Amino acid sequence: MTVDLILTFAIAALLIVGAIFTLVGAIGLIKLPDGMTRLHAPTKVGTIGVGAMLLASMINSYVYGEGSMHELLIMAFLFVTAPISANFMAKVHIHRRACDQPPAPPRDDTWSTLDTPEEDKEHVETTA
Amino acid sequence: MSRAFHKLFPHPVLTLILTVVWTLLQNEISAGMVVFGIILGVIIPWATSAWWPDRPRGFHLGKMLSYTLIVMWDIIVANIQVAWIVLTVPNSKLRPAWVVVPLDLRQPEAISILAGTITLTPGTVSADLSDAGHSLLVHALHTDDPDAVRDEIKQRYEARLKEIFV
Repeated sequence: MTVDLILTFAIAALLIVGAIFTLVGAIGLIKLPDGMTRLHAPTKVGTIGVGAMLLASMINSYVYGEGSMHELLIMAFLFVTAPISANFMAKVHIHRRACDQPPAPPRDDTWSTLDTPEEDKEHVETTA
Repeated sequence: MSRAFHKLFPHPVLTLILTVVWTLLQNEISAGMVVFGIILGVIIPWATSAWWPDRPRGFHLGKMLSYTLIVMWDIIVANIQVAWIVLTVPNSKLRPAWVVVPLDLRQPEAISILAGTITLTPGTVSADLSDAGHSLLVHALHTDDPDAVRDEIKQRYEARLKEIFV
């Protein structure tokens, strides 16, 4: 009985934590000034927001139901895909010159996003 | 023997992951589904090996687990730090910066794990790779000292990844 009670409080606490972090992510999305900084809010704060809620769902299923491990998979897939979408958005910002230009890499010629083949260069300049 | 093993299991770790994922998807453990998971775990890496010809030579699963725990802890700390920055630092005082991380890692698998780790942890997003893959471009949300960020990434994550992929 007491274990049930403690776990119920744990579920409630995790839901609140998840909700708070999700809210902060949303606030960051509105508040931060430009594309690159805005990228930080959802990718970071989103992972723990969703993570805490999934953990709550998992504990809940073990206390009141049959138990479920699907949440682990959701978390794993989220952690694998979140950096990729963030990386794509960062590349778009660099490519469209929508942010401060990054410094040149020390050992190689340029960043791969800016590495336009010679025959395409004029085309890029006219569309940009 | 070892050659036949590699032909049958081009990516042993992928086989293991696919079997575990399939079993978790069923949400209950039954012998039939585990066997089916193993069948999938053998067929999928074998059928897709043409698109992933080079496998990492050595891979330490135990060190990968301890790395995962460190990263999970860092993600929790990072979330609190980023939430604090978002809520308390006004936009005019925000100091975003580009950080260039020279890479010692060469394997593409190791570099993608490093880039993923950077995106998931303290106020940093990995944005781009240089054209020959010798440097990683990282964007930091709020830092006074980009060099310290670079050193921390190199010492905390890259050094460990070098031990995992040998």
